[in-house]
Amino acid sequence: MPELTYREALRSTLVEEMDRDRAVVLIGEDIGVYQGTFRVTADLLERFGPKRVIDTPISELGFVGAAIGMAMLGLHPVVEVMTWNFALLAFDQIVNNAAKIRYFSGGQVNVPIVIRGPNGAGVQLSAQHSQSLEATFAHFPGLFVVTPATPAEAKGLLRTAIRGNDPVIFLENAALYGMKGEVPDGNFALPFGRADVARVGKDVTVVAYGRMLHLALAVATQLLEEGIDAEVINLRTLRPLDTETVVSSVSKTHRAVVVQEQWKPFGAAGEIAATIYEHAFDELDAPVERVTGADVPMPYARSLELLAVPHEGDVIKAIKRTLYKDGIKG
Amino acid sequence: MQRTEDLTREELTAALEWYAKMVLSRRFEDAAERAFRHGKIGGYLHVYSGQEAVAAGLLSAIRKDDIFFTAYRDHAHALYSGSPPGAVMAELYGKATGLAKGKGGSMHLFDASRGFYGGYGIVGGHIPLATGAAYTLRYLDTDRLCLCFLGDGAMNSGSFHEPANMAGLWGRDGLCPIVYIVENNQYAMGTSVSRSSAVANLASRFLAYEIENERADGMDYFTVRRVASRVINQVRETGRPYAVEMLTYRFAGHGAADLFQPYRNRGEVTDARTRDPITLLEDRLRAAELLTDADVERIRREAEHAVEQAVKFADESPEPAADELFKDVYGS
Repeated sequence: MPELTYREALRSTLVEEMDRDRAVVLIGEDIGVYQGTFRVTADLLERFGPKRVIDTPISELGFVGAAIGMAMLGLHPVVEVMTWNFALLAFDQIVNNAAKIRYFSGGQVNVPIVIRGPNGAGVQLSAQHSQSLEATFAHFPGLFVVTPATPAEAKGLLRTAIRGNDPVIFLENAALYGMKGEVPDGNFALPFGRADVARVGKDVTVVAYGRMLHLALAVATQLLEEGIDAEVINLRTLRPLDTETVVSSVSKTHRAVVVQEQWKPFGAAGEIAATIYEHAFDELDAPVERVTGADVPMPYARSLELLAVPHEGDVIKAIKRTLYKDGIKG
Repeated sequence: MQRTEDLTREELTAALEWYAKMVLSRRFEDAAERAFRHGKIGGYLHVYSGQEAVAAGLLSAIRKDDIFFTAYRDHAHALYSGSPPGAVMAELYGKATGLAKGKGGSMHLFDASRGFYGGYGIVGGHIPLATGAAYTLRYLDTDRLCLCFLGDGAMNSGSFHEPANMAGLWGRDGLCPIVYIVENNQYAMGTSVSRSSAVANLASRFLAYEIENERADGMDYFTVRRVASRVINQVRETGRPYAVEMLTYRFAGHGAADLFQPYRNRGEVTDARTRDPITLLEDRLRAAELLTDADVERIRREAEHAVEQAVKFADESPEPAADELFKDVYGS
């Protein structure tokens, strides 16, 4: 298997899908001449021409909406939002049009659009450029919400997104673009709604997605020395959510910690915890723990920013609480 | 107003069918308002009475494979493009036999098989969709085009300006065969154009985006039709966007709940009704001796009958089955 960066995995998938199907077009700000803010679309303008790699004005509402119209007419547009923060300007288009047109038309048209770009915080971009919006979008029926954590997932999930018939919110992470990993060749695709057991363990289930997967895996390795054997579930997609894999793991370990980068109230971790309570209440030996970002707008100062995002220590403490090894309970 | 003596016999004869359609849609709207008052139709109900010449003039001029988008005042657009009146009324009634299986209602009529890509409920929200759809028609190497109907109120939203600018850009390369039709009925709900637009001439606002534009009398079917034919030919030829502001008037309130209409006086409505687009067309067809009293009587009767049948069909149609609730959310 070749080793690719997360960025190369995304880019090569775009190339492969555009070579395969002329219905696949790219649209967004500075994706062509500028080569993409994070260079995911580097050289694609030269390769596919301006009709298929469409540079737009700074008009998120306009180009996301236009891409939805393209999708209704049979194209498969892949929209780049420079960061997901800017997609809030297109929120009405995503929520009121992309997610609902199929339903309110009685199934007369599909809206096969992929909207992709970096989500999350971590590089001192402060309040308006550092937020994790996955739960916001996962709230809406009609959307799929995808959170690739590795180069292989970037490729496999993007292919499934492009070949599907529905709007996909594709949440990348700026901190992962340079990450390297083995990526299967050919038409490798990963199905939505199928989580990955990233590490098998028996003492506690740690549920994570996106960048937080790597935090969870690092903690799991570290805790082995203390004789704690954690199982790590990588969700891959939030909508649909693979309830079965999560519940089956919790039924084995009887303890669960959910890790998310976003704010705690009304977030993904709360939803996953509730799902565990609904399906596996009797299996639990401890309350489900949530590890989340701090409930504040993201500060600029590096020292404060570090305090605002989840750390290994937070996850370790949460795991120990579920095991009553935190020195307080039990 | 287009001078009658300048019209060809062919144009006049072709208008007969559209006169009948306009009569039908007016009767349809009257019936819908009655049904709303009787609690048969829920939600919002926005009727098109007074504006018929606009949609009729435009939709009579496009090809069968052209497409169009509009906002929530969309019943006549569906009827003019050939959707069965029964299926349109059934949609308003929320029945399984409705155009969208009862899932969209009055604001979301939709008939893709006839090129109608939807009525939309968020003011201006459909303008980017139509613009992207127009791009696609050229991308797919066709000479089809897209009509985008919008209200005067929509012109003040960002969802107008962003796609209009993109249309201006795409039009340079012949990649945006779209006609924006501003149905200027003078009021954005209860706010008049003079109170909501810094510029009185709405067509001129398209100049900002290098989109050719003009305004016309939207009460006169023949004026609309003449403009439509010329503009549609040009846009099909060039792939460049074009905007027409049609000056029209809505006889009814904004929606069925707009009973007192404090934003306008009765005299204004009475004055506007002296230029009822249906009467204007009728007079001219009579003057051209294409329509007799007996014809008018017959057309009205037929329209009433068709509307009665539509109401009966809607009334007797089944409610959507409970298992429809979860269908059509995803297509994968």
